[in-house]
Amino acid sequence: MKVVRSVKAWLGILRIAYKLLTNDRPKFAALIVGIAFAVFLMVQMTSIFAGILGRASSTVTNIGARVWVMDPAVKTVANNIPMPDYVLDAVRSIDGVKFAVPLYSGGALVRLQSGSYQAVTVVGLDEGSLYGRPELVEGKIEDLYAENAFIAVRDAEFSKLEKPQIGSEFELNDHRGVIIGFAKVTSAGLFGTPTLYTTYKRAIQYIPSSRYTISFILVEPKSNADIQYIQEQIRRIGYIAMTREGFVSKIARYYMFQTGLGTNILIMTVVSFIVGLSISGQTFYTFILENREKFGALKAIGAKGRELLAMILFQAAFTAMMGYGLGVGLCSLLIALAKLRLPNYAASITYINLGIAFIMVVIIAGISSCIGIRKVVNIEPFETFRG
Amino acid sequence: MTATAVKAMGLVKWFGEGDVKTYAVRDVSFEAYFGEMLYIVGPSGSGKTTLLSMISGILRPDDGSVLVDNKMIWSLSNDQIADFRLKSVGFVFQDYHLFPRLTTAENVAIPLILRRENWDNAIKTAKEYLEIVGLKERAELTPRKLSGGEQQRVAIARAIAGRPDILIFDEPTASLDGDTGRKIVDFIKKDVLNDRRCIIIVTHDGRIYEYADRIMQMEDGRISGTEQGAPHEE
Repeated sequence: MKVVRSVKAWLGILRIAYKLLTNDRPKFAALIVGIAFAVFLMVQMTSIFAGILGRASSTVTNIGARVWVMDPAVKTVANNIPMPDYVLDAVRSIDGVKFAVPLYSGGALVRLQSGSYQAVTVVGLDEGSLYGRPELVEGKIEDLYAENAFIAVRDAEFSKLEKPQIGSEFELNDHRGVIIGFAKVTSAGLFGTPTLYTTYKRAIQYIPSSRYTISFILVEPKSNADIQYIQEQIRRIGYIAMTREGFVSKIARYYMFQTGLGTNILIMTVVSFIVGLSISGQTFYTFILENREKFGALKAIGAKGRELLAMILFQAAFTAMMGYGLGVGLCSLLIALAKLRLPNYAASITYINLGIAFIMVVIIAGISSCIGIRKVVNIEPFETFRG
Repeated sequence: MTATAVKAMGLVKWFGEGDVKTYAVRDVSFEAYFGEMLYIVGPSGSGKTTLLSMISGILRPDDGSVLVDNKMIWSLSNDQIADFRLKSVGFVFQDYHLFPRLTTAENVAIPLILRRENWDNAIKTAKEYLEIVGLKERAELTPRKLSGGEQQRVAIARAIAGRPDILIFDEPTASLDGDTGRKIVDFIKKDVLNDRRCIIIVTHDGRIYEYADRIMQMEDGRISGTEQGAPHEE
């Protein structure tokens, strides 16, 4: 009961703070807009980045294998370096490997029924297991064993295949291809090309390749405890094995640190933070200055320093949370609208984006209120008398 | 006039240091009593406001002490002094210092809310005090929509809402025309002053001297004289 009474008592003081803040509508609006704008920019920037990173790892996510074997020089799925067949045999011979299958992943140019050409990503799955196959939404998976069979992925790029039906034909390096089904995947690719699934053998038969043909070896370990041993054994033969998460992180690090993309996004996020801090800090400071004598009067009447502190912190926190909500809402709306018009728009709001923006907003509110707190705490109530 | 409400003993206050050190109040001692309306008058810069600030717990004296309700207020902690101001002193500032973004009722309720009273109860009490000062109908308006005299009354309602023993008025008629000023002081004398309350007014408005029970003259930081107020004619 005592705690409830105490909370209720503080509520009155915070209610005064709330009214002082919100009743000054132009200032309050300026504060909210400043923070919302900063949050909008920060969330937008980091969401685009998250979207790009998600797309960059789409093949890894969609295939879903737990361990990926590759050449050590591989940076992303797109720039794979083909491995010789003996690597597959070597991997299969390692203790702890339940099974290992080859995967082909590469680009090709298909000639559509209209006669136009379209770049596509072709994924070739192991015939025996079809390990890593996508979830079919139309058609039968066993039809993939039929002659010239391909599965088209219904993602944001699907329309570029000119809305094929089951049975639709296309031409790939003078080979006939037939769509036997449609699949859905977790994530669309980064490069704006439609994806076709087929068998590994058909892929390397249709698409001219170098002497070696295995893009990746997908490994299913007997248990999680075996992964480290498998990685060590593969390292001994001059290749690397990475867990799915490790490979996704590697791709993310590549885009972040070796393409300039991460740096640019970081710069934009910092600029957004500075813009938000400048607008809201300046407005909050002006708000405090304009109300300084009123805070002085409160102090003269008998308000304690901690009560004034609580009022300012509440005002800063309230404004920050309102701005944060509005900024996130606006960003979500914009991304949703953009995706309606541009299905390939790579942006995704993640908890990490929201967390980063939240931390930034807390810092903005903290710095803004610190400036105000200093001004208010140093008020001499005597100044209120002197006018 | 019976019991002592405020006892100031040897109050000294200076501002600045070294060559710029200026004495605002020099060795001032006096007593103010319950049921009394005491005026502190004098020219600008004579130390009236500084003295008022020291006896109301706002400005710490450099020397001397102030006794209120058997307590030496300047030996209290900062929080205790804030509590003293909140519970024992009501202020009416020269510029009123009403919050333009709050309604008049909310303005009046501030001391009650600072005393941790429930919001609804505080507003209800504030409206009762607005009724006392004749502004019940103005409870939901913001101070900007009130005349100077009405704003002064709101400030008075705020000062008395906490039921303080001591009321401090700093130049209460400075922003008012002659008639309104007289009406306000008349109201203070008749409806605000009572046997359990002491009112101290700083002013240099000669038009309202007639309401004083006692007038304390200040000059160069010292009390240059004390006289009984002129009898007020109804």
